[in-house]
Amino acid sequence: MPVNAELAGRSYPAAAPYLVGREKVREFARAVLATSPLNFDPEAARAAGYADVVAPPTFAVVVQEHTLAQLLADPDAGIDFARVVHGDQRFRFTRPIVAGDELTGTLTVTSVKTLGGHSMVTAETSIVDAGGAHVVTAISSLVVRGDE
Amino acid sequence: MSVGGFDAERLSVGDIVAEQSYHLTRDSLVRYAGASGDFNPIHYRDDAATSVGLAGVLAHGMLTMGFAVQPVIDWLGGDSGKVLDYQVRFTRPVFVDAEAGADVNVVAKVGVLDQAGARIDLTVTFRDETVLGKAQVRVALA
Repeated sequence: MPVNAELAGRSYPAAAPYLVGREKVREFARAVLATSPLNFDPEAARAAGYADVVAPPTFAVVVQEHTLAQLLADPDAGIDFARVVHGDQRFRFTRPIVAGDELTGTLTVTSVKTLGGHSMVTAETSIVDAGGAHVVTAISSLVVRGDE
Repeated sequence: MSVGGFDAERLSVGDIVAEQSYHLTRDSLVRYAGASGDFNPIHYRDDAATSVGLAGVLAHGMLTMGFAVQPVIDWLGGDSGKVLDYQVRFTRPVFVDAEAGADVNVVAKVGVLDQAGARIDLTVTFRDETVLGKAQVRVALA
């Protein structure tokens, strides 16, 4: 089944809030080979002006992932996950994510393009904190391979 | 003004601000799978990778994106809050051999200097070929 060309402009309901845990930030920071004390030590983070340990930039993908799951699970979107290749990724920050944040992501499909037999779906997830203030927008382009 | 030991006012386009090599093993991939929640088996099972036509287990693109920015954050004095925008294109896979692992090299160079700060361009290579395209980090230098 091909990707639904009418998908562009579609938004999904806000995903369930994601509470950022300090140990999760540390675990993720270790996994991306981060070494900054701000990722691990709350005192170092506070001395730099943050409420708690600071997540590495790409941690936003963990929150974004819950919104991408909504898109991929939508039968009307027509995206066969087995054929999806991650093409591009971008994060635009208002501020870094810190432990204690309760984050909510809302995904909007911004474009669907067809190139040869393949489709390129670009989706933006706007991530806001508990007060509704913008934290980061995560943008993914997914290449969906056509039938061979 | 000094950023992470560098004098931002003396920066020039083309300057290399950081360079770092990373050694990945299968353990690195399992660790990233757990931390990120991306359990696609092509990142830890050879049979799963070869069944979809890959040469073998490959690193998560998001793992490569994740560590490729770390030398820049170290240069910024460890403060990832100075990262305003970060984008990459995934152009080639990083195959991680079960025994030998994989070595990935990151070179971070000043691409643009303007009032907003700097655009740092990353060259990320594996087996002498770039694996990320248009890998750009917008940073605040104030």
